[in-house]
Amino acid sequence: MADRVLRLSDFSVRFATAAGSVPAATEVSLSVAAGECLGVVGESGAGKSQLFLGALGLLAANGRAAGRAQLQGRDLLGLPARELDAVRGRRVGMVFQDPMTSLTPHLRIGTQIAQVRMRHLGEPAAEARRRALELLRRVHVNDPEQRLLQYPHELSGGMRQRAMIAIALAGNPQLLIADEPTTALDVTVQAQILALLQELKRETGLALILISHDLGAVAGLADTVAVMRQGRLIECAPATELFASPRQAYTRALLEEARALAAPVPAQASGEAPVALEARALSVSYPVPAGGWGRRAALAALSEASLTLHAGESLGVVGESGSGKSTLARALLKLVPHTAGRVVWMGRDLDALSRARLRAQRRDLQIIFQDPLGSLDPRMRVAELVGEGLRVHEPSLSAAARRAAAQAMLARVGLEAGLMERYPHELSGGQGQRVGIARAMVLAPKLLVCDEPVSSLDVHSQAQVVELIAALKRETGLALLFVSHNLGIVQRLCERVLVLYLGRMMELAPAGALFAAPRHPYTRELLAAIPLPDPRLQPGRLSAVRAGEAPSPRDPPSGCVYRTRCPFAQAACAAARPAWEAASGQGAVACRRWREI
Amino acid sequence: MLRYLTGRILGLLPTLLVIVTLSFLILRLAPGGPFDQEQGLSPQVRANLDRAYGLDQSLPVQYAHYLRGLLHGDFGPSLRQRDFTVRELIAQGLPVSLTLGLAALLLALAVGIPAGIAAALWQGRAPDHLLSGFAACALALPSFVVGPLLALVFALHLHWLPVAGWQHGMPRYLVLPAITLGLPMAAYLARLMRASLIETLRSAYVRSARARGLGAASVLWHHALPPALLPVVSYLGPAIAFVVTGSLVVESVFGLPGTGRYLVQGAIDRDYPLVLGMVVVYGTLTLVLNCLADLLYGALDPAVHHA
Repeated sequence: MADRVLRLSDFSVRFATAAGSVPAATEVSLSVAAGECLGVVGESGAGKSQLFLGALGLLAANGRAAGRAQLQGRDLLGLPARELDAVRGRRVGMVFQDPMTSLTPHLRIGTQIAQVRMRHLGEPAAEARRRALELLRRVHVNDPEQRLLQYPHELSGGMRQRAMIAIALAGNPQLLIADEPTTALDVTVQAQILALLQELKRETGLALILISHDLGAVAGLADTVAVMRQGRLIECAPATELFASPRQAYTRALLEEARALAAPVPAQASGEAPVALEARALSVSYPVPAGGWGRRAALAALSEASLTLHAGESLGVVGESGSGKSTLARALLKLVPHTAGRVVWMGRDLDALSRARLRAQRRDLQIIFQDPLGSLDPRMRVAELVGEGLRVHEPSLSAAARRAAAQAMLARVGLEAGLMERYPHELSGGQGQRVGIARAMVLAPKLLVCDEPVSSLDVHSQAQVVELIAALKRETGLALLFVSHNLGIVQRLCERVLVLYLGRMMELAPAGALFAAPRHPYTRELLAAIPLPDPRLQPGRLSAVRAGEAPSPRDPPSGCVYRTRCPFAQAACAAARPAWEAASGQGAVACRRWREI
Repeated sequence: MLRYLTGRILGLLPTLLVIVTLSFLILRLAPGGPFDQEQGLSPQVRANLDRAYGLDQSLPVQYAHYLRGLLHGDFGPSLRQRDFTVRELIAQGLPVSLTLGLAALLLALAVGIPAGIAAALWQGRAPDHLLSGFAACALALPSFVVGPLLALVFALHLHWLPVAGWQHGMPRYLVLPAITLGLPMAAYLARLMRASLIETLRSAYVRSARARGLGAASVLWHHALPPALLPVVSYLGPAIAFVVTGSLVVESVFGLPGTGRYLVQGAIDRDYPLVLGMVVVYGTLTLVLNCLADLLYGALDPAVHHA
């Protein structure tokens, strides 16, 4: 077929390593036509990115590609560097995963766009700059004139990714390859970027390749879906067909995993257990530089959060980055000092405790962090890491008993005893997070705070770690505070959910009610942004995504902080902070219009 | 920006004061005095000498006196070279050291940076191995070996250049000392440049610049090189201060009347004002150059805010 923009035939990628030649992709044949979107899915390490980097000669120095990669009929492999450069950026635009590290930090956004136009289209500088502005408008960047002159670090994650797309489009390419374009972004921003790609595909007739581990993201865009596993293409079919009746067991397993994350789980009714943890009007602000000569202003990271957590209960805390959810988690454990309010644990005011008493209390209050390996001391072995808490809190325990306890706990979290003598850098991300959980659980705490515990793991380990945390909660009856930007995971794990936005509480409700009938407009926006792994529904959901990003927490809007993004906002919303109103069914919401909308 | 600059420069003064104070105290803590080596000095003469130079007064008084002089640009008299003030000595020696140091620096930059870039671009291949081996030798060989070797070959055997001497800074006399002084610096710069460029060449933004088809030259020049220069810039601040205030070894080997010997000889002789004078010059240069390096840093990396 002549209309194929890119066609890979028997395409393989190998890497020369100290251990010999390692295949990354083996004999893959794929193609994409103009106006079509090809979704390529698989776990990390499946070779899906290397395939296209290989086709465009962008592999690391030790990588070699073989086979055929035809772009509009011309084989790219073996093209001299000069001719390949005339293809990259001109015929094929690429968008990479992390827009922070993939944009050149010391060049202004406008310069990076204009460079492409000057190079490939021979435009003079002034003309290229004008076109750069148009391109920024095209990808719906706000304040495009200002953005043109800004550096990547001055932009939000979503604006950066839009700028990346503008650069990729600058040479008027026929093919756009987006490699995990939304993985590093918040769920609402992810939906906006996917909606932009959908719009571009619809309006420009561009061929689009979307590489993602997220079947939900692919479902909204792809016409054809290719599934890769361990470097091989195991299944390729039209999207509706593949999602409806996958032929391979592996594809079925991926789909089940994705659907489990998106499907509501009936919330277990928590009995009237005693209140374990209570926060009263808790506020945290950080000093930030303002003006010269060391002047400081206060940035309110968390503003008047009040909540109760019952013994054995699990509370999810969700929100975008900058919503204050990690600050809340840390302030509850007094790991960051709060500027106002109280934290009460089992009836005792934690602020009133002496340092020694507070330290003794910490045994009951444990936390696991987002970066599993970074939060483990690199100079300690696993056995010491897990046993360290016991050394502090149970000094009478002999070294042998401590070791035995550590070993038993490691076995419980599914790690072999052979890992006891390893250092953190010798562990995988999933293993590291299991060590983090064992380190916390060996003290038999009554509260476990999980601060984005799975967001740096790949999908497969994510599901396993969530399963482990759920099992530990069932067995030990510990209370759980689970912070995550992934609503699917919170839904699966938590009985109640708190929604934060710009440091303020928006809604708190039982999980079932919150996901079935969200009251706050922000909760609705969050839920609408979750990509559903269903190609019949997801494209329509994407088309309905609204633009808008959270304003800076340094300068929050007056009244209701959400009003600048809210489709229901009225003049009154700007006047006063909305009251925290109890709603039916144990919920509460901070919106003056929740009854009418 | 101007406000930032004034702030930075005012901020240097307290640091300089701390340096002067500490040097003053440490010098006096060292046993012995400036006139201990004089043979057959009668106690009377010695007391007179001490009185003449104010050494009989208490330490705080001497310190206050020294600072007062410093404020007026007076570094005091040299205690050993009796007919000269410290200012005159530095005014004689510093231009020599400065000229030599700048020549060495330019040479080091002109050789080291391109060599480092070349080694990074040909990483793991012959040019890289060759340059890395050469750099290791240049760093390992001390200048009292390299200097005489160069003089032996280029002056005594080939008669291309003079063996030693200064002759009011005639370029012919500058070549061998500048090479001797600049060579290890060039080697170090090349290694720094190589390592940091290899790192930026592996970064995601360089890959994405290549994916835009900008061409190898533009990717290197616009995207990879500026961030790779950051470690070089932060090394250059203190390195320049070091080479321009004079190298004892190179100046001795080539018989140059620079300031290199002042610090060492002054310290051995307990010539307090001379050593302190050199400390002030060296300290000021180091602070100012570090400040300039920070500014340059900001120009290369917009994420560094000068606000």
